[in-house]
Amino acid sequence: MRALLDLYLKTMKLAIVERFQYRVAEYFYMIGMIAEPVIYLVVWTTIAESQGGVVGGYTAGEFAAYYIVWTLVRNMNIVFTPYGWEFRIQHGQLSGMLLRPVHPLHYDLAFFAGWKVVAIINWLPIAAILTLIFRPTLDPTLLEVGGFFVAIWGAYLVRSMLLWALGLITLWTTRVGAIFELYFTLELLLSGRLVPISLLPAWAQQLADFLPFQWAFGYPIEVLIGQLTPQQILYGFGMQALWILIGLGLIAILWRFGIRRYSAVGA
Amino acid sequence: MDLFRLFWLYLRVSVMNELQYRVNFFVQVFQSLLALITGLVGLALVFSHTNELGGWSRTELLVVMGVHILMGGVIRTVIQPNMERLMSDVQEGTLDYALTKPADSQILVSVRQFRIWQTIDIVMGLLVLLVAVYQLQLGIGVLQTLSFVVALLLGALMIYSFWLILTTAAFWVVRVEHVLELFQGVYQAGRWPVGIYPAWLQTGLTFLVPVAFAVTVPAEALTGRLTLQTLLGAAALSALLLVLARWIWRTGLRRYSGASA
Repeated sequence: MRALLDLYLKTMKLAIVERFQYRVAEYFYMIGMIAEPVIYLVVWTTIAESQGGVVGGYTAGEFAAYYIVWTLVRNMNIVFTPYGWEFRIQHGQLSGMLLRPVHPLHYDLAFFAGWKVVAIINWLPIAAILTLIFRPTLDPTLLEVGGFFVAIWGAYLVRSMLLWALGLITLWTTRVGAIFELYFTLELLLSGRLVPISLLPAWAQQLADFLPFQWAFGYPIEVLIGQLTPQQILYGFGMQALWILIGLGLIAILWRFGIRRYSAVGA
Repeated sequence: MDLFRLFWLYLRVSVMNELQYRVNFFVQVFQSLLALITGLVGLALVFSHTNELGGWSRTELLVVMGVHILMGGVIRTVIQPNMERLMSDVQEGTLDYALTKPADSQILVSVRQFRIWQTIDIVMGLLVLLVAVYQLQLGIGVLQTLSFVVALLLGALMIYSFWLILTTAAFWVVRVEHVLELFQGVYQAGRWPVGIYPAWLQTGLTFLVPVAFAVTVPAEALTGRLTLQTLLGAAALSALLLVLARWIWRTGLRRYSGASA
């Protein structure tokens, strides 16, 4: 256990140092990234104003809060991409990873967690600028701030597990692009990334309740901007834990069978 | 003319190359369909809460979406592949092979590479436009069609010049590949008419990154909003950008030291 903790800390440190090297590139990337929520924000603010101030329970200021917090959650959402597995297999990286004494999942979890530290630091000035421009209505209680801090890491774990499991499909076939695209489209629509869940039609909201996407995106945002009661916040933690466990189960099964195929192909 | 001859030649080579990988056609169709569905869902969501957005009706916004997909297809078929190749050529020093050829170097680096399966988006955009124009029931005349085509061409020219200027920066700073992410992020803004954005952002989307001229102005032509002034302004700005891009390209070229130097 101590050795594993040590591994996490070392890998995180490595990731932090690596990421800090490319600061200009980082900001290019960040500006490209914030274009997306700013567009959504402008569209929904325009609608809210033309509809007498409120749409789907959100005022213009609350939309601003939603989409500014969005930018941090989006950063927390960045995990090892399922497209990366093809590269790992083609370039023989996976073989090297298999030789190590711990499960490769640990490296990815630790590495991207390290990146998050840098992402959060780089995000702060951007959040400040967006706040000055769009004037969000944001007045969280202490409980909501604390809940948010736990929820974004929960979101990170939920998305890590699910995308890792998704990526493992590459062990069976390399024509996986279509599956991934389908997954990402559903995620965009039903996670709260495109619009807050409460703006979806009722049937889509019900559908979203059966899927993991919102627990990795919309939920942490709603915690901080004060859309949820304490009971709902607790329920969300439960759902995050549930989906992390489901993801882990999927990874365990896919890994066991997939890795056998891999050695058969790669030998 | 040199430009068209080279364009046609490289296009033929690209087509022959890509026809070897026909499965990619279906992959691209699938991806384009998903993107189209996402766009339509977004539009449906917006109009489940309102009847108009910044003075544009649902069908008129479908026109904007059609132009956005169409122009995106043009960018990804012709402009982006060439500029990506140019970036990597500068980084690796392989630009020498293009420079030593007798043709004009700017023309050459602009027509070397095509991704023909991306033309599916051009077709898809045209289909969306046809449906939208039919629903509008305005009766599009010859003049409107003509001004739409002109506006579209001017928009494409501006995007090309803009991108060439950014890519040419590679002669000075070498690492510019993140320009791509930046542009893709900003180009999404064109899905909606630029009039809905706050003033400072409108200015940026018009003059810094010419998304307004590339998407909104052609859409204005089809929805009866385009004034002669706007069209002339577009022509003037694209001429200016073309000259500027040409000048920066020449200046940058003098700085390029090649692979072995």
